[in-house]
Amino acid sequence: MTLAFDMILCLMIVGTAAAALLMRNALAAIVFFIVLGNLLGLAWLAMDAVNVAMAEIAIGAGVTGVLLILTRQRLNALGDDLVSAELPGWLRAGALLACAGFTAMVGSAVMSVPPADDLGGSIAALMPGLGIENPVTGVLLAFRAYDTLLEAFVLLGALIAVWSLAPRVAWPHAPAALALAEYEGHDVAAAFGRLLLPLALILAVYLVWAGSDLPGGAFQAGTVLAGGLIIAAIGGVISWPRADDFYLRVALVLGPAVFLIIGAAGIALGRFLFYPPGFEKAFIVAIEYGLALSIGATLALQLAGPPVAPGRKG
Amino acid sequence: MTMLLHIYPLTGVALVGLGLYGFLILRHPLRQILAVNVVGAGIFLVLGGLGRGAASTDPFPQALVITGIVVAVALTAFGAALILRVAEDERAPDDKAAAKTTDDHT
Repeated sequence: MTLAFDMILCLMIVGTAAAALLMRNALAAIVFFIVLGNLLGLAWLAMDAVNVAMAEIAIGAGVTGVLLILTRQRLNALGDDLVSAELPGWLRAGALLACAGFTAMVGSAVMSVPPADDLGGSIAALMPGLGIENPVTGVLLAFRAYDTLLEAFVLLGALIAVWSLAPRVAWPHAPAALALAEYEGHDVAAAFGRLLLPLALILAVYLVWAGSDLPGGAFQAGTVLAGGLIIAAIGGVISWPRADDFYLRVALVLGPAVFLIIGAAGIALGRFLFYPPGFEKAFIVAIEYGLALSIGATLALQLAGPPVAPGRKG
Repeated sequence: MTMLLHIYPLTGVALVGLGLYGFLILRHPLRQILAVNVVGAGIFLVLGGLGRGAASTDPFPQALVITGIVVAVALTAFGAALILRVAEDERAPDDKAAAKTTDDHT
């Protein structure tokens, strides 16, 4: 990428972030945040980090953006218009001064570190032993598999935390429907949801498979799956399952459970999360398919929110 | 020349500073969550940008950033659910009182 491109992109990122924070209108701010996520995706592409670009656009811009819009709409329905009193001028000036000083400090610290691809060489040397070619997948599922295993449980824990906020009468019913009941475009949303969900499934399966050697992987695939589920729910094509639905719980736990079982089986061969030589790719792909399903279901349900009492609109 | 190599990490630093400022001056919790997400995006850019070599970007920080992005969305979902629950309780003081009496034994 040329320097001019990098500089314009970085200026746009900073400008969009400022707009996302300083716009008076909350919806406009959220829209600028989604634009920011997409620009950040471009920045990751410019850094040749395609795996991160996909995750940033799908999760950072996509899922987070929908989540913020949905929360704003639900708050509006509760009478909260997201307008709050402004801070007095001297407090704002003080905050500006403090943040500017902090930014200058962090900036000088960053300038003192020369950018370098320090671990790239050693990771590349280890990759042939895994039978896969995407080094990011190698780090996520083999060299730092422990982090990824814990992350899968963090994601599950966050869903349990969201569910724990359900009022007593609502447990264990389904989350509030996202369907656009009184909206003229309902048929369009329904048709689009019907079309997109199977496509999302195919794309998710492909992303996991391709993620072994090309950019992709369980997180990107899971997010695509979540996106398909959310669009289908908005169109009313699918409805959210009850929180105690057996198949739902299997889907939520499958990924972390498969990961944990394969990891624990590695103890028999020497250490936790050790894959038997020659079968690394098979185990990595199996874990990733489980993870993609669980991540997709977990993200979609986190977005849907806690269960609500039946007969109540969300 | 080093300035040019640092263009993405420095953009990340700017996002961290902007997000922090937004977090301090915005008084609505949902907007504060958005600000936290901007800070997070900035940290990711610093992390990934400093791993940018001549030919490629270090896969190790890339993997960390992907992990971070997923944890950030989980945090955002939980925060949003908390904000909604507080708003619901504030709106319906009667329900809240009723819920309190049933929850008293816990």
